[in-house]
Amino acid sequence: MNSQVKKINDLVIEIATENGSGSQSANNILMRSIFYMGIPVSGKNLFPSNIQGLPTWFSIRVNEDGWLARKDKVDVMICMNERSVAEDLKKLQSGDTLIIEESLKSLITRDDITVFIVPFEEMVKEVCPNARLRRMVVNLLYVGVVAHLVGIEESKIEHAIQKQFSKKPDAAKLNIDAVKFGLDWAKKNVKALETIQLKSSDKTNGKIIVDGNEATALGLLYGGANVVAWYPITPSSSSMEMLIKYLKKYKKDAAGKNEFCVVQAEDELAAFGIVTGASWAGARGVTATSGPGTSLMAEGAGLASFAEIPAVVIDVQRMGPSTGLPTRTNQGDILSCYYLSHGDTKHVLLIPGTPEECYEFGFDVMNLAQDMQTVVFLMSDLDLGMNNWMCDPFKPITKEISRGKVLSAEQLEAGKGFKRYADVDGDGIPFRTLPGTESDYAAYFTRGTGHRDDATYTESSADWKKNIDRLKRKHDTARKLVPESVFVGGGKQKRGLVAYGSSDPAVFEAIFILSKDYKIEVDYMRIRALPATAKTIEFMKNHETVYFIEQNRDGQMASIIRAEEPELAMKIKPILHYDGMSISAMAIVNQILKAEGK
Amino acid sequence: MIVVGKTNRVGKSIDDYKGGASTLCKGCGHDSITSSIIKACYELGVDSHHLVKLSGIGCSSKTPAYFLKNSHGFNSLHGRMATIATGVAMANKSLKAIGVSGDGDTASIGMGHFVHLIRRNIPIVYIVENNGVYGLTKGQFSATADDGSFLKTGEINNQPPIDLCALAVQLGCQFVGRSFSGDPKQLVPLLEAAMAHKGTAFLDIISPCITFNDHEGSTKSNKHTREHRQPLHDLDFIPYYDETVANYQEGEKFNLKMSDGSVLKLLKLDKDYDPTNKIGALSLLSEMGDSEVVVTGLLYKGEGKKSFQEAENMSDKNLSELSIKEIKPGTQALLDFNSGHQ
Repeated sequence: MNSQVKKINDLVIEIATENGSGSQSANNILMRSIFYMGIPVSGKNLFPSNIQGLPTWFSIRVNEDGWLARKDKVDVMICMNERSVAEDLKKLQSGDTLIIEESLKSLITRDDITVFIVPFEEMVKEVCPNARLRRMVVNLLYVGVVAHLVGIEESKIEHAIQKQFSKKPDAAKLNIDAVKFGLDWAKKNVKALETIQLKSSDKTNGKIIVDGNEATALGLLYGGANVVAWYPITPSSSSMEMLIKYLKKYKKDAAGKNEFCVVQAEDELAAFGIVTGASWAGARGVTATSGPGTSLMAEGAGLASFAEIPAVVIDVQRMGPSTGLPTRTNQGDILSCYYLSHGDTKHVLLIPGTPEECYEFGFDVMNLAQDMQTVVFLMSDLDLGMNNWMCDPFKPITKEISRGKVLSAEQLEAGKGFKRYADVDGDGIPFRTLPGTESDYAAYFTRGTGHRDDATYTESSADWKKNIDRLKRKHDTARKLVPESVFVGGGKQKRGLVAYGSSDPAVFEAIFILSKDYKIEVDYMRIRALPATAKTIEFMKNHETVYFIEQNRDGQMASIIRAEEPELAMKIKPILHYDGMSISAMAIVNQILKAEGK
Repeated sequence: MIVVGKTNRVGKSIDDYKGGASTLCKGCGHDSITSSIIKACYELGVDSHHLVKLSGIGCSSKTPAYFLKNSHGFNSLHGRMATIATGVAMANKSLKAIGVSGDGDTASIGMGHFVHLIRRNIPIVYIVENNGVYGLTKGQFSATADDGSFLKTGEINNQPPIDLCALAVQLGCQFVGRSFSGDPKQLVPLLEAAMAHKGTAFLDIISPCITFNDHEGSTKSNKHTREHRQPLHDLDFIPYYDETVANYQEGEKFNLKMSDGSVLKLLKLDKDYDPTNKIGALSLLSEMGDSEVVVTGLLYKGEGKKSFQEAENMSDKNLSELSIKEIKPGTQALLDFNSGHQ
């Protein structure tokens, strides 16, 4: 039973609509209104792989204490879509609240919930004379109704609308009128909820709400990405669309010409090839994709790794295999991307867990590819990439753009040449030259076949082994160059939690619940890159039990760690979540309790 | 004729345009093409430092190692040369690109990229060394093998060939030629004209595979090609720096002006063929496709298509040569981002 104790600023609102109906805009306004009241909020869009007509849900979690991971619980459900009512009703517990369009009332099968039947379809006719716009405007009505029920300030809704439609005053007015209409109807006809209310707070001062894809795009812009080759695929497309938008705005020369170049490639094989060719010739290339695209890039990734050409791939992971659930989240590409290609290939993976890190690693990944002369992946996922995350404003990046070990004509003449694949510095990273360098010492022949230090063809076993061992050394050098893991707790607990990527907010909430409700104390490490750093391995060595939290079925990261550090194998206990929904705190808590025998 | 010890207009000897020793079979058509490339580059006085040699995978794709030792080379992936070329064009538009591919590399595994390279008018001399078979995997048919052609094993090809030249013309390629590895007299000026073209220049060069496809019954053998080739014209290339170039008036039907000011002179043979007529080119290729005749020469020279860099409104400065200061965006993007998301 739902407790009758009044909950303040702790609420999940879920809105069920039809995709393509324009509800996204209304939901965003609702979320931002709460944000402008100073209460922490997150918004997750659960959408079908479809353009119009299928059920879609938007889930808004409001929490004064800042717990913003997805919660397996809905307090207020808004039902606008006939096709999902039955499913929506199941999500409510006794005493929860349902707001439903009047024409759907015959579908209500429960009497243990608080129901508000609202004639949205009738109301919209009054507020919106233009019949074509009604499908969209009707969504603003539920914003007004729910605002009255839970106590969202009208002025904040207006502010959210003004911000969203700053360049379209007519649209802003229509939106404001519609919300007011809904609000007035509610004031006249129903009482506000007694159990759940929102009250202004001060927890969002100075914060921003962003999605990871746009944050990544901004980081790439600052990382100097200037060649973009991509093939559209959900959920990565918006990262490239945003980057292209930023490049067009901020990277024109004095004559208005582009200091960048974009190609929408014919497929992912081409996207990767173009990035490789551009980076080989001295530009800073990037592509973005998701699991199916990385599969197509596999051969190219092997070549770029073996021929030692910088290449950056943004992988915004989704549910696979195959087309899978293309609009649901997953961390299922860790294993395939780490080893992407055939033979002894291993890559460097940067794994952001917050929008700030999408931004920072977006910068880092561009430099690291140049510094390492290899393929570097930025492993985001749909939850991080496409959902709404509250965070601090991004800070200027103080690091410098790096070109890596590139020799100039003067350096070549002074040194009387160079050997393309010689390990001069002992870090496995050789020197390279760019086409167009005006020295007879500059040219070398790039190939995916066996080569000697001077890049000439060889099939000699000794040469092959020497080269592939150097590449291993180079990969190990990455352990010192990648972002360090984040460590939380004093490191004195017996149990260590390990996670990565978008699981972070759920893990923090789980740690809080485990401590408060079950007196289980843990240390927490969030891995932010592969190959694993020395401290990452040390953390696992120093804990008796290592709970390895991953959003995939087989514990992909754990299997990489086990393969590289076999002595850790016995202490790693997988905590896995892989149903397509972003991970919740209780998904972690329940599995740990089970493992602990509680 | 090349005289030993002689140098070209930039003071380089023919040796400066050579590469490593070929490891192809003795008598391979590809080696003849390599010689023609070397000769064309020598005659033109090409700046090796600003030229790249690109290829895919296969016998033909090995050849960039055998010419222009002072140029960067990239022997990439099977079928993917076009993608590498596209990236290079995006990074540095001052680079001249010679791409060597094969009929398997282009007409099968790399077809998608070939088509899109032409669509984008990527600047490159795109050469297909066409022998109708997969040489490096020991002689399987390729997609340019003629219907009814048969292998040494007796196996007959039952599928019609893809005519890469007709395809290139149809796709809007503005320089399309066909030649024969055994005809350097035609090939060298054709290569030189291709190098003077600013967008995609496509050359399909019949290059007999001496080991797997040079037997009686093959339609890509030396004998068959020599017997059935029909040159459309004799070619003479007058580079832009040659003082006599001014004598050749632009617009004259058989003096084709190239984008860099050079002129390709077409010396009329029996047939009155106009290579600036796209429909005429397609019609000739369609007609000849049904016969055993191999027409060679400049098949089509179009005009007016924007270069890739123009179409993409690229800065005059090469992306590869931007300084770190130029690469770095200012603080405005961050300020706008933060305020836009508050």
